[in-house]
Amino acid sequence: MAGEKSSELPAGGMITEAGSSKKYHTGEWRSQRPEVDKDKCTNCLTCWIYCPDNSILVVDEKMAGFKYSHCKGCGICANQCPVKAITMKEEGV
Amino acid sequence: MSEKLAVNGDTAIAMAWKQINPDVVAAYPITPQTIIVEAFSDYVHDGQVDTEYVCAESEHSALSICVGSSAAGARVATATASAGLAFMWEMLYIASSMRTPIVMAIANRTLSGPINIHCDHSDAMGARDSGWIQIFGENVQEAYDNTVMAFRIAEHMKVRLPTMTCIDGFIITHALERFEPLEDEAVKKFIGRYEAVRPLLDLKNPTTYGPIAMPDYYFEIKYQLATAMEEAVAVTRKVMEEFGELSGRKYDLVEGYHLDDAEYVIVAMGSTAGTLRFVVDKLRAEGKKVGSLKIRLFRPFPAEDVAKMLKGKKAVAVMDRAMSPGTGGALYSDILQSVHDLKDAPKVTNYVYGLGGRDVMPGQLTEVFEDLMKGRGKRINYMGVRV
Repeated sequence: MAGEKSSELPAGGMITEAGSSKKYHTGEWRSQRPEVDKDKCTNCLTCWIYCPDNSILVVDEKMAGFKYSHCKGCGICANQCPVKAITMKEEGV
Repeated sequence: MSEKLAVNGDTAIAMAWKQINPDVVAAYPITPQTIIVEAFSDYVHDGQVDTEYVCAESEHSALSICVGSSAAGARVATATASAGLAFMWEMLYIASSMRTPIVMAIANRTLSGPINIHCDHSDAMGARDSGWIQIFGENVQEAYDNTVMAFRIAEHMKVRLPTMTCIDGFIITHALERFEPLEDEAVKKFIGRYEAVRPLLDLKNPTTYGPIAMPDYYFEIKYQLATAMEEAVAVTRKVMEEFGELSGRKYDLVEGYHLDDAEYVIVAMGSTAGTLRFVVDKLRAEGKKVGSLKIRLFRPFPAEDVAKMLKGKKAVAVMDRAMSPGTGGALYSDILQSVHDLKDAPKVTNYVYGLGGRDVMPGQLTEVFEDLMKGRGKRINYMGVRV
């Protein structure tokens, strides 16, 4: 939950700086979190292709986990993974 | 020296717009508002104003254009009535939430059905909770004066809210009355230069208007409307005082007539307030302790002013020219909550009246006073309906 008081926000909620959407972590909406088992992962990067939020981390052309700040937990990566290396875990349990 | 003219209420509003010279007017014609935008489009055609006049394809579009123009940094005016205002419903909330100080004239006309083009306040009452300031005028002079004041109120930095100036359809919009406009220069000086806040066209300071606000921000943004409305009470009072000094016409948020020693009071908005004063005079001549209260500012509702005016009265009747089927009128609820905490609060009853343009006769208002004096009348009454 954001902390600003009503009186501290610009009138009408207008946004007075450019590029501020980077600060809005839509990953907070997530109810399920993807996790990868790197023993099974073949680095085919199918998850990277399908992720609608650019939340798959790739290092040296290898799948290196998730960027959770904007991952909404949609589960497409887990669904598409050809070797079932990605599983969805409940958040907050 | 000011001139005296005979014009109807719509023309008086168009004349105010001509002097104000808004940057943008976007509108769609609808009876009984049409004269306003027709007269104003003549001024545009004849080069008497610099306004960009946009003929929209609907009221929804008209108000959308107004919102966009206001966000871009323009001073904006529009006008509508009845179904036109209803068609703007979605954009009304956008305009107030985005804090675009648009000034809109409403020629109060009932909502269908049955289809009907005549006066009642049901259009404006439907917009009651939309976050717009609502000012009701009684006659042609007030139609003009309220329009001039509305720009100052809406654009005040502590307020920045869209504002409706309402006049009774046909009764005021189409009736010729004697009227005194201010001089062009006096109006220009009174309203001042428009100061846009973070206009979209200021490319050096990029701004996003109307972004999404989820449960973590929405309530805080809405609360801003509540506080801006609170500010608007004092700002409106100040603007009316200043306008009084300029014009010699004294205005206030609410206006009492023979209230000081009155025991029985009728409350009304719009043109009925004039009929009511005639009835008060007649009954006063017979020695009856009666008075009337006119509500000029309806949103924000000046509850403290109302409480002061109605303190110590025996009985009050509230005239509502609109109804909320299943309960009384909206003004009734507002008056009730205003007097609720008074010691020995007056008995308050409600009279729904004049729907669909039905005439209000002095004899009927006299009967309402009789009801008050004799302790008759139900909690909610429907004046003049055949049952």
